[in-house]
Order: sequence, then C-alpha cells, then structure tokens
Amino acid sequence: MKWARMAAIIFLLTVAGACLLANFVAPASYAYQFREEPDAAVSRHHPLGTDDLGRDRFSRLLYGTRVSLLLAPAAAVLASLLGLLIGGLAGFAGGWTERLVMSATDLFLSLPWLFLLLTVRAVLPLNVSPILSVTITFALLGCLGWAGAARMICADARSVRESEFVLLARASGNSGFRLLWRHVLPNLRPIALAQFWISIPVFIITEANLGMLGLGISEPLPSWGSLLRELQSYTAITGQPVQFVPLILFIAVIGSFHLVLHDEELTV
Amino acid sequence: MKKILVFQLLIFALASSAFAQSGGELRFVLHSEPKTFNPLLTEDDSSESVRYMTGGVLVRVNRLTQQVEPELAKSWKVSKDGRTISFELRSGLRFSDGTPFSADDVAFTMKQLMDPALHSPTGDMFRSGTGQVQVNVSSQTRVSITFSAPLADIVRPFDQVAIMSAKSPQKEMAVLGPFYVAENKAGEYLILKRNPYYWKHDGQGRQLPYFDSVRLDILQSQDTEILRLLRGEIDFINSLSPDYYDKIEAENPALVHDAGVSLDSEFMWFNQVPSAPIPDYKKAWFRSTNFRRAISEAINRQDMARIVFKGHAQPAVGVVSPANKFWFNSQLHAHPFDQKSALARLNQDGFVLQDGILKDRDGHVVEFSIVTNSNKNRERMATLIQQDLSGIGIKLNVVTLDFPSLIDRMTNSYNYEACLLGFVNDDLDPNSEMNVWLSSSENHQWNPKQKTPATPWEAQIDKLMREQASTLDQNKRKKYYDQVQQIVWEQEPFIYLINHDALSAVSTALVNAHPTILRPQVYWNIDELSLHQQVARNR
Amino acid sequence: MRQLAKHVLKLVITLLLGGLLAATLVRFAPGFGMDEAQLDIRLNNQSIDALKRQSKEGLGAFYVHYCERLLRGDFGMSRTLERPVAELIRERMPETLKSVALGLLLGWTLGLSLACLTAMARSAALDSIAGIFCGTLLCIPAAVLAILFVIAQAPERLVLAAVAFPQIYRYARNLLIRSMNQPHVLTGWAKGLGNLRLLFWHVLRPAAPQLLAVAGVSASLAFTAAIPVEALCDLPGVGQLAWKAAMGRDLYLLVTLTVLVTAVTLIANSTCELLGNMLGTRHA
Repeated sequence: MKWARMAAIIFLLTVAGACLLANFVAPASYAYQFREEPDAAVSRHHPLGTDDLGRDRFSRLLYGTRVSLLLAPAAAVLASLLGLLIGGLAGFAGGWTERLVMSATDLFLSLPWLFLLLTVRAVLPLNVSPILSVTITFALLGCLGWAGAARMICADARSVRESEFVLLARASGNSGFRLLWRHVLPNLRPIALAQFWISIPVFIITEANLGMLGLGISEPLPSWGSLLRELQSYTAITGQPVQFVPLILFIAVIGSFHLVLHDEELTV
Repeated sequence: MKKILVFQLLIFALASSAFAQSGGELRFVLHSEPKTFNPLLTEDDSSESVRYMTGGVLVRVNRLTQQVEPELAKSWKVSKDGRTISFELRSGLRFSDGTPFSADDVAFTMKQLMDPALHSPTGDMFRSGTGQVQVNVSSQTRVSITFSAPLADIVRPFDQVAIMSAKSPQKEMAVLGPFYVAENKAGEYLILKRNPYYWKHDGQGRQLPYFDSVRLDILQSQDTEILRLLRGEIDFINSLSPDYYDKIEAENPALVHDAGVSLDSEFMWFNQVPSAPIPDYKKAWFRSTNFRRAISEAINRQDMARIVFKGHAQPAVGVVSPANKFWFNSQLHAHPFDQKSALARLNQDGFVLQDGILKDRDGHVVEFSIVTNSNKNRERMATLIQQDLSGIGIKLNVVTLDFPSLIDRMTNSYNYEACLLGFVNDDLDPNSEMNVWLSSSENHQWNPKQKTPATPWEAQIDKLMREQASTLDQNKRKKYYDQVQQIVWEQEPFIYLINHDALSAVSTALVNAHPTILRPQVYWNIDELSLHQQVARNR
Repeated sequence: MRQLAKHVLKLVITLLLGGLLAATLVRFAPGFGMDEAQLDIRLNNQSIDALKRQSKEGLGAFYVHYCERLLRGDFGMSRTLERPVAELIRERMPETLKSVALGLLLGWTLGLSLACLTAMARSAALDSIAGIFCGTLLCIPAAVLAILFVIAQAPERLVLAAVAFPQIYRYARNLLIRSMNQPHVLTGWAKGLGNLRLLFWHVLRPAAPQLLAVAGVSASLAFTAAIPVEALCDLPGVGQLAWKAAMGRDLYLLVTLTVLVTAVTLIANSTCELLGNMLGTRHA
C-alpha cells in the first residue's frame, strides 16, 4: 500500500503546512465575530461558513488543528511511555513487586480523578492563558492515562520474561537494566502502540469535555475538541453538513498518521 | 383591556370544556429526579413541578392574568395592619386518600412551614419579623394567620403553600391537587394519577382533571426530549432554548410558542468583597461606578439578543423585566451600546487606551476573568462580551466552571473577579428579592453579608426595600421600588444584559394549552388540559 | 487456604484504601459542601448557614463513620438524592450491568472477530479499512454517538459497545499480528495447517494471557465509560448516578461507587490474570 502511504504523507504535510502558515492562509482571525453573519453558509469569504457567533470556521479549524496536533500526541506519548515503563518494570520484576504495582494500578484505574482535575483548576490562577491551560490539561491526561496500558503491558512483559530468547539473553550474561531495555521493552510494542493510537482521539475528546469544568482550551482559542463539542446537539447534527468538517479532518489526520507511522513488525 | 382578557378567558374555558375529551395520559419530561415530595421543602425544579400538579393551595395566581384567584379558600380578608389574613375555606373537600380537609390542616401546614428548624424556602418568604406566627382555627372552614410584622404582599405567597393533611397516614403523599403520585421508578419516570376527590368541576359539571394520568419521564438531554416531541411521544416541552425553538419551528411551526419576554434575566457583576483574594488594584476598578457603567456601555446587548438568543430576547433594562408590567420602572431604558462613552467614563477614572490596550492610572493592564457555569448560552454571551471589551482595550478571560466550583467561588472563597449568571424569577412582587437587595444578606452577590452598608447607595437600597415591605399601599411600594430600580440602573452592581423570551413547544393534539411567561409555562392549567379525541383513545 | 486468605486480605485493604483516597479527592475538591439551594433567594441567612453547616465533617471522622456503617451494611445517605446509598445502587445496578455486559459482549465479539479476520486474511486493504472504521468510531464523541442512536431509534445501550469495540480491536489486532508473525506460525502455514487450527492453537493461544489482560482492563474501563454514556443517553444506571454524585460532591455516594468500581476492577483483573497464568503454564 505504498500509494496510500504516499497519499497520507502528502495529506499530512498539507495539513501541517496550512496550520503553520495559518496566519497567512486563514481568511480571518479565529476569534473575530462577523456579527452580521452567524451560521453563514459556505461562501468565497468563508470557505466553511461561520459558526453560531459568526467566526470563520476555516480559520478556527486551522488554528484548532495546530493546538491539538501538537499537544494530543505529546500527551499520548507520555501516557504510553509511563504505561510501558511501569507495566514493563512490574512484569519484568515479577513477584511481590509485580503484585504491589498491579494492585496500585488497579486502584489508580478506579479512583475518581475528575476531582483532582477540579482541584488543579482551583489552584490555577483564573487569568491563565488558554495555551497554558490546555497544555496543563493534556499533561494531566498524559499522567493519568497510563494505568490501563500498564496492566496489559505487565501481562505481556511477564510472558516475554519467561520466553526462550530472554532466557538465552540471560545465559549470555545480560541482566537487569540491559536485559529490560534491549530485550524486553522492545517486545512490548504492540500494546504500547495500541495505547498510543487510542489515546490521541480519547484525549482530544476528553479535553473538550473538560472545558465545561474550567480546564482545556478557553475562548476564543479553538481546539479540535472544542470544535467537536459543537456537534454535540441535535440541532448541530441535523444542521449544515459543513459542521462535520472538523470531525472528518480529525479522522483523516489520525488515519494518515497511522498509515505513515505503522510498525513493520505489526503489519499484515 | 382587562375586561377583554377576562372575556377571552371565559370563551376559552367554555369552548374547551365543550370539546374537552376526558381520559388519556399527559406526557412530558422532567430534567432530573425530584429530590423530595414534601411540598414545604421543594427547591429543585422537578420537585416544584410535582408540587404544582399535586398540591392544593389556598389561592392560585392565574399564570395568564397574573391575578390571585380563590382555590381551597373561597375568600380571604387582610387586616388593616397587614399582619393577619383570614381565610374562608370550601367545605366538604377531601384529600386524595379520602381524609377530610379542614382548617386544622391549614394550621398544621403553617406550623410545619414556619418551623425554623425546617428551613423551608417557602417559609422563609413569610418571615417578616422575629416573632412566632399565630394560627387561629375558629371553625372547620375558618382560619386566620397572624404574622409578627406586616407583610406587604401577604396573599400571593400562599400560591406556593401546598396544604398537607394533619391526620392522613399517607402524610405528605395525601394531596388536594388534581393528581397524586402513584408510581415512582427512580431515575426513570413518575406516574401521577387523577385525584378521585379533586374538588374542581368544569362548566358542564364534569369533574376535573380531564386527564387520567400524567407520565413524567426523567431525561437530562433536551436533544432526546425534542426528538420525542417530534415523534409524538411527549405532549410538550415546557421550557425551550432558542436553538431548539428555531429547529422545531423549521420542522413544524405549529408546535412552537413564544409567549413573549419573560421575567428572567441574564446579568454579570463584579466582585466587590473587600476580603476577596484578588489584587487591590482590581478591587478598586470593580468598586468604581464609572468602571461598571463603562463595561455596561461597551457591551452590545442587541447583538446578544439577536445572535445568542436568535432574536427571542431583548436587552435588559434593569432589575425588573418589562414583562412585570406593574413593577417595571418605565422611565428607565436599556443602557446604550456606546464604546466612545465607555472610554470617556474610563478616562474620568484615569484609565488610558494605549496601542489598543487599556491601562489604569498606575499602568496595570486592564485584564480580568469572568466565571460562569457550563451553559451554552452563557458561554456564548461571555465570548461576545470578550470581543466587545476588546474594542475598548480590555482583555477578558472566560472561565467555565461546574456549578459547585462556581458556588464555592461566589459564596465561600470569593476567589473570582466577575461572574455571569442568570436569574430565574417566578414571582412578580419585589418582596421575593429582599434577600438580594439587603446588604446584610448572603445573596447580596457582589458583596454579601455586610455588617453595615459599604456604600451610601446600598444603604439607600436597604432603606427603600424595608419601607416597601412594611407598607400596604401598593402605590407607595411602587414609588419606593422604582427608586431602587433607578439606583441599580445608575450604580450597576449587577450589569443586566438580557431578558429572554418564554419559549415552549406544544403538541397540536393538546387542547386548552395557553403557554405563559410565568412558570409552569405550559401546564399551569393542567386540570383543564386534554387531548383531541383520537389521540386520547389511542392512549 | 492461606493463599485465599491472603488474597481476600489484599482485596479488603485495597478497597479500604480506594475508599479513603476517593474520600480525600472529593473532600478537598473545590465545591465540596456547596449546594445549589444556597442561591435560592427565598432563603434567609439562617437557612443558608444551616445548609452550609451540613457537610463540614472532617475527612478522618467521615471515613471512620463510613467504615463503621459499612460493617452494618449501611452505605450512608446520598446528599443529592436524599435516599440511602444502598437503595440507589440496588435500583440502578441492573441497568449498568446490562449495559456493560452488552457493551463488552458486543465489543469483544466484534473486536476480536475483526482482529482475527485482519490477522488471518493478511490483507493490507482489509487492515486499512478496519483501522479507518475503528479510528472513525474512536474519533466520534460519545455524545454525538448517543444522539445518532436516538435519531435512529437504536438502543442507547449499544453506545457503550461502540465505545469499547474500537479499543478492543486495536489491542487485539496488534497482539494477534505479533503472534501471526512468529516463526512457528509461518512454519505451520507452510506445512499446510488449516486456518482455524492455526488461529486457535498457534495465534490466539500464545496471545491469550495478554488478551485476557486486555479483557480485565476492558471490564473496568467499561464501568468507567458507563458514566458519561449513561449520563448522555439518560440510562438510569450507576454511571448516571456517579455523574450526579460528582456534580453534587455527594461524598457517601462517591466513596461507595469508588469501592464498587475498585472491587470490579480487582476481581476482573485478578480473574483474568489467573486464567492467563493457567493458559500460559499449560502452553509452556
């Protein structure tokens, strides 16, 4: 599927280029409200129409993509790495270490972290910049999203630990950190990668929902999450089809990344 | 005008009773589970809805005419000093379980209501002084209630006092209203059934209510509610947001009703609490009348009404909505949108606009935050205000919080700068707002619980509100309250933004529905509602 | 017997710790002790003060009282719904169990089937299509899915399946493909072993411990996902209750729900771990 990969690369470069050059490409500021034209249809001046406050949708999409494209994968990397390290270490160590870590992981999975997020908001100054607020949100999501993957990676690490090639590696004199780093962790990629790909859309959508609690992006800066949040009503879903463009772009970008960054060892 | 309205109502009543079909089930939605069925403790909307449909009251405010009408009480008399009200009750009435109704039940209810340990919101409305309330039962049908101090509007609050039985083993579940609670599937639905002992009859002698039952589904999502209405699974939506109004109107214009501007308002205010954990220079801004007036003039209310509320709103003038015809001070007009004037006012206080950024006399950049709850319309309003204020060089940060966090900041930590909220008003009389305007009150939002009034104008408002509450002369009360409105208009402790319309959607199968601006908007005459014959038969 | 006692003790300690941590998170979160009723302008100062006084119990005192009541089977009173917590959970648990069971059953059936098909078919096109389909489902917010289901008059319970399925597929697909790419599978293929035999004995079996770990985690994630799904779809389950409790800072209800979810997580993960160990041992 070389052609598909090529097409994905071109698509991603186009999107990245458009976002980086948003200041030149966007027909208007993402914040400016054309008050005489709320919910306007597609036109020459507004390629994707305007939203309910008269803001140019295309501009908001460009700037929103910028924010989400940078922060969501970073948070997903953080969650996946934490899952990999904690789960990998626990599975590799085995014994009471594994049992203790996994009990802590199960506990972590069950706690109502919403209240920690609310407390963080309470501690942050009210006049925090939208970029800082959304960065903190994604960082928190990254720090809180590792537990599920850690559990699964631990099970994987346990079987890798007991496999023949690890036995051979031990026999050859590898032990401790070297054994973990060179022979065990690389074999835990399937779950870690799956976790990474699942986390990106989950974090983007979660960031939008956290907006109602004071975290996430604040007006007027858009993000994919805030653009998707506009779809969450009957009037939006049955309204202008152009409102679905952020969702389509979101799906296309995630899909393209997947095509471009696939793991050879996990290819059919 | 009043005679024409009464004549119209008479025609409606006769016509509807002629064509009304008995039977069937009325269906609509509650947005949350009722917290309580004790009518004296209702605070949330759902509990109040159930109370309205099941509770029998001594007098009823007709939601269409806004006049007080006899209900369980045939007549009443208020003493000259305004402290005592005597009711002549209807005889031969029974609660829904057959227990006879008498003056003892009124006495029992009042005793419960005024128990200070109960902290009943309805009871607090009657607390005019520090003494006890005396209830005197002179016969099975005569009862008088004496308050420790005069109550300016002593009659209307009884519209919210559902009479409880002193003797029934069912306690608060035995009711005098048109329906009683028959089934409660927690979190899913409530079924109310017709009260077999309901005392009202229509013009043709048929016992009311027409409906056999009411089904109340518990649904948080208004999206689902709308789909159900469009599919004919429910009969009305009591309170509709403007987005959904337009959507339904596009599909079926006959379903939607705009009863006109409501009593509700949306407003913002600045934190003026001296101990608030915000910088002193910001406190100085917020305390300045010029600053508040400038912010008010910098906000385009017309755009807000047109864009956020899709034209189903109008710029607010002040404390009272124009829908409240008697109490509204018609000398006042909405503050104009005038950014030049706003800047001129700010200049008077030493603010200067430099390179598009407003700074105070000490060089601080004028930037502050506004908190609000996660309500779509309020978020939109805040975003519009953000752009408006950027026009005079002010940077506004919009912070949406969940409700408990918001309440914490407003009433406990006072850690906020500006707040955008709305006021849901069910009562026409200014006495109901006493706890907002008295400077010593907890709900005096911008600076609550003052030991002594912080400003001369707040002291003046305290005096005027107490004076209007202690006189029985309506014209004098109107004069005092007009002055309160004038002061608030000038000082703008609350910057009133919008009065939105009362929007609802009603199935065309529902007979005799006349949505009003007073709650409950659609089913205020629930005992007279019915369905067209064919629809009733199918249920 | 000793092992069993050890496991039970571990479970009890973890549950109590979970309850304490949840209580701590809730107790110190902003908005605790606040009540919407405080903004009711009909209430005078004394009534508002009485409301504020209602929930000022210290964390330690609360948790000690909570544990004492727990021993008597009393989970306390819900402040937001003004009913016993035990009664609320008893009423709503069947709804959530139905949703979670259906969600997991469908999610696993579809996810694992599609993953097996992708792995065995060895078709890049199929892999891409499945990836795009699952990616699309992951990208659609649950609220949008809920509205679409309501418009289509489909059972709202299926939203949980739509949320779970793409995640299960993604994990299962990666594990099965890694399994497929093992040398012994290629040998078996070359030697003419049937697809089904290859799939069950040489692809699924080696990946079973990891798949079971995914199953264990998916059970607890399904319960967590039930919270927004039930709130959005108006399903009267424990998830909707949890959301109301969170918005109302209902301490008794939240602590009990956390203990419940912790119990489910521990039991699900421990069971899957045990099964995985058994399968892993047998396979070795």
